[in-house]
Formats: sequence, C-alpha cells, structure tokens
Amino acid sequence: MITVNALTRRYSHTVAVDQISFTVEKGQIVGFLGPNGAGKTTTMRMLTCFLPPTSGTAQVAGYDILEQSLQVRKRIGYLPETPPLYTDMETAEYLRFAGRLKGMSGQELDRRIEYVLGRCSVADVRNKLLGKLSKGYRQRVGLAAAILHNPDVLILDEPTAGLDPKQINETRDLIKDLAGEHTIILSTHILPEVEQTCQQVVIINKGKLVATDSVANLQSRARGVETTILEIAPAGGGLLDDRMPPVPRISGPGKPQTSVLDIDRIQRTLTQVPGVSRILLREQRDNSAIFETESPRGALVRGDLARAVIAAGWDLNELRPGAMSLEEIFLRLTGGDVAQPQLVPPPAAPEEPEAHQEPNA
Amino acid sequence: MKNIWIIFSKEMKSYFASPIAWLLLTLFAVVFGYFFWTALEFFTTMSMEIQMSGQAYPINVNEQVIRPLLGNVSVLGLFFIPLITMRLFAEEKRTGTIELLATSPVRDVEIILGKWLAALGLYACMLFFTAINFAFLFHYGKPDWKPLLVGYLGLLLQAGGLLALGTFISTLTRNQIIAGAATFAVCLLLFVFAWVSGFNSATWATVLAYFSVATHDESFARGVLDLKDSIYYLSVIFLGLFFTARSMEALRWRS
Ligand SMILES: Nc1ncnc2c1ncn2[C@@H]1O[C@H](COP(=O)(O)OP(=O)(O)OP(=O)(O)O)[C@@H](O)[C@H]1O
Ligand SMILES: [Mg+2]
Repeated sequence: MITVNALTRRYSHTVAVDQISFTVEKGQIVGFLGPNGAGKTTTMRMLTCFLPPTSGTAQVAGYDILEQSLQVRKRIGYLPETPPLYTDMETAEYLRFAGRLKGMSGQELDRRIEYVLGRCSVADVRNKLLGKLSKGYRQRVGLAAAILHNPDVLILDEPTAGLDPKQINETRDLIKDLAGEHTIILSTHILPEVEQTCQQVVIINKGKLVATDSVANLQSRARGVETTILEIAPAGGGLLDDRMPPVPRISGPGKPQTSVLDIDRIQRTLTQVPGVSRILLREQRDNSAIFETESPRGALVRGDLARAVIAAGWDLNELRPGAMSLEEIFLRLTGGDVAQPQLVPPPAAPEEPEAHQEPNA
Repeated sequence: MKNIWIIFSKEMKSYFASPIAWLLLTLFAVVFGYFFWTALEFFTTMSMEIQMSGQAYPINVNEQVIRPLLGNVSVLGLFFIPLITMRLFAEEKRTGTIELLATSPVRDVEIILGKWLAALGLYACMLFFTAINFAFLFHYGKPDWKPLLVGYLGLLLQAGGLLALGTFISTLTRNQIIAGAATFAVCLLLFVFAWVSGFNSATWATVLAYFSVATHDESFARGVLDLKDSIYYLSVIFLGLFFTARSMEALRWRS
C-alpha cells in the first residue's frame, strides 16, 4: 500500500530524512517512532505530497507521490502535527469545507459529517468556532477531517498529542477499528501506544532508518532473552552497611575495585549456573553489587541462581526479573543511554600551572 | 472549476464573517462619498456661475464629475488593495492550514484563482458602493452611462492586476503586516512611475511610465475601451498569478 524508496529530504544545511526505505502492507497500522527532530514530520509531509523529496520517491495507495500527486492526495487522510483548522469556521462548517475539497458532496457528505462528528466525539462542539476549542478538541476535529472521506491511507502525525487519557484510549480504539480497510501510519513518542495499536514499527533517528520490524518481532527480541537482576552482598556485612547513605562509587568493568566482594569470583560462580549465557555487572556499591544475567526465555534459572549465591556464602539482597521493554530497544537503537551504569568521572586532576603550557598551544 | 468555487466561497465567507470586509466597505464608502459630494458641489457652483455669466461654456457631467472621481477611486484602491490581499496566503502559512489545502486533491492554480477571485469580488463590492453615489447623478442629470461602465471596467482591471501582485506577495511571508506593507509599497511605486514622464523625457522615463498602472487608466476613464491598455492590465493579472503559482511551488521546496 505504501512503498518508500530511498526517500531523502535536505534542507539548506541539514539532511532531515536520509535514504529511508520501507513498505507497508494494506490494512496495517505502522508506528513511526523517533526522537524529536528525527524527521518523522518531514517524511509524512513528503508522503502527503506537501513537500517534494530532494531525491527518492514513494508510492502511496498505488500512485507515485511525484508523478501522480493528485491521485495520491485523493486517497489519503492527513492529520498534520498542528491540526490545520480555520479559526473563524465552526466545526461542522469546517468539515463540510474539508469534505468538499476532497471531492465529496450532497447526502454522502452530510452522512459522513454526522458519522465523524460522533466517531471523534466532537458532536457537542459542532456549532462552535474552531478558534475557541481546546487543544484536545482541535486535535479531534483535525482527526475527524482526516477520516472524513474514508481514505485508503491515513497519515497521522502524533494523533494523540494533547488528548486526555480517556480520549487517548478512544482515539487508539478508533485507529484500531479503522485499520483493516485503511492503511495507517502514525507517528508518536509514546511507546506503549505503539505496542497497543501498531503491528509494525519504523524507527528513525537523525533522518536515518534504524529498524523496521513487526511489533511482535521486536517484542520477542525484547523478551527472547530473559534477564534477571541480582543484588549480592557479603554475608551479613552488606546489610549492616545498607543503612548508611549509599555512596556512589562506581567503575567500569575493567577497573578493579577494592571491596569486600570478589567480583570475579561471583561472575565465575554465576556463569556456572546452567542456562546463564551472559553476566553483566551493572552497579557496584560499597557493600553490594548488582548483576544482570541473561538466559534463554523459559530457562527457569532463578532458583539455581539463588542457590548458587547462597551456597557460595553471600547474601542475596534482591532477585527479580528484568524485562527489556520496547522502550529500551527504542532507546538502544536510537543511541539513548539506558540503564547503563553511569560512569562517575574521576576527580579532576589539579590544574596544571599556566607556565607549563606550551606557548603556542 | 468546482474547486475554484469552493475556495472562492470559503474566502468570501471568511472576509464577511470577520469585520474586515465590513470595515473596508464602510471606510471606502465614507471616503468616496466625501469625494463625491464635494465634487458635485463644486460642479453645481461652477455651472451656476457659468450660467450667470451668460457664457456658452460647454459643461459636461461625464468630463467634469465622473472622470476625476474615477481617478479618485483608483487612488483609494491603492490603500485598500493591500488590506484585501495581505491575509490570503500569509495567514494560511502562519496557522498551518496551508497543509490542508496543499494535501487536498486541488490544483495550485485552482487555489490561487479561487483566492484571487474572492479578493476581486470584495473589491467589486466596494466599487458597487461607489456606484450607488453615481445613481444620484442619473436621477438629477443626464450623464452618458456607457463611459461610466467602461470606467468601472478599467478600475476592475487595474485592481485585478494589483490584487494579483498582492496575492503573490502574500505567499512570500507568513506575516500579514509584512505582506500588506510590501504590497502597498509595490502598488505605490507602480502608481508613481507615471510621474517621471512629466519631468523627464528620456527613454527610460517613458518606459518606466509605460509600466505604471496609472498610465493605462486614462482611456478607460474617458470611456474608451482601449485594446492596448486592456492587454496591459490583463498581462499584469497574468504575471501576478503566474508568480503566485511559481511561489507556491517554491513554497513546497523551501518550507
Ligand atoms: N522548514 C525547515 N527548515 C529547515 N530545517 C527543518 C525544517 N523543518 C524541519 N527541519 C529540520 O529537519 C529535521 C527533522 O524535523 P522533523 O520536524 O521532521 O522532526 P520530527 O521527527 O517530526 O520531530 P518531532 O518529534 O519534534 O515532531 C530537524 O532537524 C529540523 O530541524
Ligand atoms: Mg514532528
């Protein structure tokens, strides 16, 4: 239904969208994910024929966005980032205008207006000036206008931005209902939204495509590996010191740390537990250390891990499953720092006296 | 064609839904009314004096009242045209509604024509108010109505050209005030170009004067439908709308 082919958009200095390609099957809902400034809006503007690409092209609803722009525009419903409302029009009047622009008229238009007024819960403001509506209502009127002509493809730029929780749910349900006969691309920052509504995810970052996969695949990638978080302390002693305010003294894995705990020995012990494939030291405190182990899904390693720790004579302060959420995947893919131990910079060395600097430095 | 109508009626509605149109109409009517009645008074005193002196001096309502008044209307238009066109595209760009228009299955040229025709429509409404004043002349005197009609056609053509330029300028910015001020400056220049030929007879002055919109309205005001002058105005309209179309295309490339 949508085929994007090396789509590129350059502004004077920045490359907003860089060689993006992906396809969307008919009836699918695609979540378009990316941090601020990733190029989501720019991509959507190109797909809706608002902006021409610098290079590359795309087919939407079977037509080329460059060569058959009018055909494409007939078949898309677009909700821009800011709903394009005329503040001096009333809701119903605006929908009528939008419908006529899309080529609708007569009874069919009347019927569809009534339908979307109800569907997007804006019937109560039908005779209100759009300029006087609240942000959430504007968003919903914008959505109503986008679905008015029952388009094959819906392109929604952050459709739930500014809505209250109840409306967010209703809008998600509406979007889910619309899928099937419609193909939908929606952009969002809200990850649970993608998990709940979308079948496919396209993740972009700084204009580049980072990943495109089905939500199910990404989730199983997230859950195929089970992680377990353990906090281990030396017998007895660790607990006593826990009452003291925690002093963050953390180091990278390579840096040996003087501690009551023998980190290497713990790692060796835990690796021997059947099923554990990888061990990570996540955090080292004065008298305890937090480890993360990875094991195949369903390997049931927790009991063995606990027994191994106790048998070696340590205390097990905490043992819990650590799930890798879609959020973590997203942040990892887009280069955000997730739950990785923050390295505390070593105390700054005393400044070299000025005289020691090279004269022409 | 249908799309032009959709855009046209939307623009007309938004002119008349806001106070803009009513304000412009009232101001225009009041100012022109003042011109009209002072001109008429001048004319009646003049003709009375001429009658008393017993001279057979030809007096003519068309020449002495209507013609200068039509000239006044065209100068008045100079002030009103920027106010009519400044919002056409600038406002759509500022509020983002241009995204609705540009992603609807409507051709750019239909959007442009719809908007320009609406601007022309509002200007025609303003001219209509001036025409009411002239109706008094027909009641009291016997002016020739054909030159008057030609005069109005000239005004409409002249305004059409300036409105097209204003529409073009409105696509260049998202700030209405800037669009309005720039349009006023351009309209003013196109008017005063005519003056250079008055004190300079060099070729460049003649050429410059030729490009002035004020050089081409005399034939219309005299009631003569001049082909060359009509072509001049039609070309200005065409060029203005053509630039608007180019600019809308560039808008997509830039924005
Ligand atoms: N008109 C413009 N001129 C110049 N650069 C622009 C323009 N519009 C967007 N950009 C740049 O293009 C990049 C992508 O912007 P875009 O609006 O597509 O991001 P986005 O993914 O929609 O972000 P957000 O989540 O904040 O909505 C940004 O770096 C932005 O600064
Ligand atoms: Mg955006």
